[in-house]
Amino acid sequence: MISVVLNGEPRRIEDEVTLDRMLDLFSLPRQRVAIELNRSVVRREDWPATSLGDGDVIEVIHFVGGG
Amino acid sequence: MSDPFVLAGKDFSSRLIIGTGKYSSFDEMKAAHAASGAAMVTVAVNRVPLDRKTESFLDHLDPKMQILPNTAGCYDADHAIRTARLAREALETDWIKLEVIGDQTTLLPDNEQTLEAAKVLVNEGFLVLPYFTDDLIMARKLLDAGCPAVMPLAAPIGSGMGVQNPSNLRIMREQLPDATIIVDAGVGVPSDAAIAMELGSDGILMNTAIAEAQDPEQMAAAMKLAVEAGRLGYLAGRMPKRLYASASSPIQGAIK
Repeated sequence: MISVVLNGEPRRIEDEVTLDRMLDLFSLPRQRVAIELNRSVVRREDWPATSLGDGDVIEVIHFVGGG
Repeated sequence: MSDPFVLAGKDFSSRLIIGTGKYSSFDEMKAAHAASGAAMVTVAVNRVPLDRKTESFLDHLDPKMQILPNTAGCYDADHAIRTARLAREALETDWIKLEVIGDQTTLLPDNEQTLEAAKVLVNEGFLVLPYFTDDLIMARKLLDAGCPAVMPLAAPIGSGMGVQNPSNLRIMREQLPDATIIVDAGVGVPSDAAIAMELGSDGILMNTAIAEAQDPEQMAAAMKLAVEAGRLGYLAGRMPKRLYASASSPIQGAIK
């Protein structure tokens, strides 16, 4: 198991989990979202090949009302 | 009369850009959007909640509208740049409303950080629409950095105070005749919008004035008319102001 910080919250997950799998594990949406890993955007096509490591910081964003 | 509103090479059918925040329901927002005639709407970037199912907010927007993501809530250039990059990745759009806030109480922009972020984002191919203090010199710097338009505030965000410094907007218009100037933030009532347009602004971006009205749909319709009226008034050219009266009816020939 590794420790990551997902959207500001500490989470424990299995080793070698990809970003693609992570979305499923946490029931996160896939459409019109974006993922940042350690402060860099990971393109959608790279989600299946990007594995998480211990201490990684992930942000998954979507859109809400704003001005 | 043809008076196209072209922003970053794209034609827009309305000079009113509206927000999507603070509405009490999606239906209320949709009705207001339709009544406003706006062709572009702003949205905010936010963390996906982890512990509950979320509805896609974007599904509630008219697909014909151009979506303008913002960097609201960012307090330094780096944060705004990261937010813009995420927005681009998620929406596949280069449009970004750049907002770097300097102070939580006033939400006034940090112009220095805004300029820094604008330079980086323009270099990365973004169409950067920066919110900034109504200052000519700052406007020049943002335009020189490659922003396709500048968005000076009328008053603090959500204050509804209206145009606080009309002379600043006038000076900006006169000194930057070719720039696209969109007043962003601070409008409260339709007359505020009309004044901003009469001063020569090319467009107006507003959220709270519509969303917090007692009847947002009706206010959206009023804002639409105000923006159009103000624009026509600007194009028509106002009469000179005089200190003393000037009779409209002929004095000669009046009966004695």
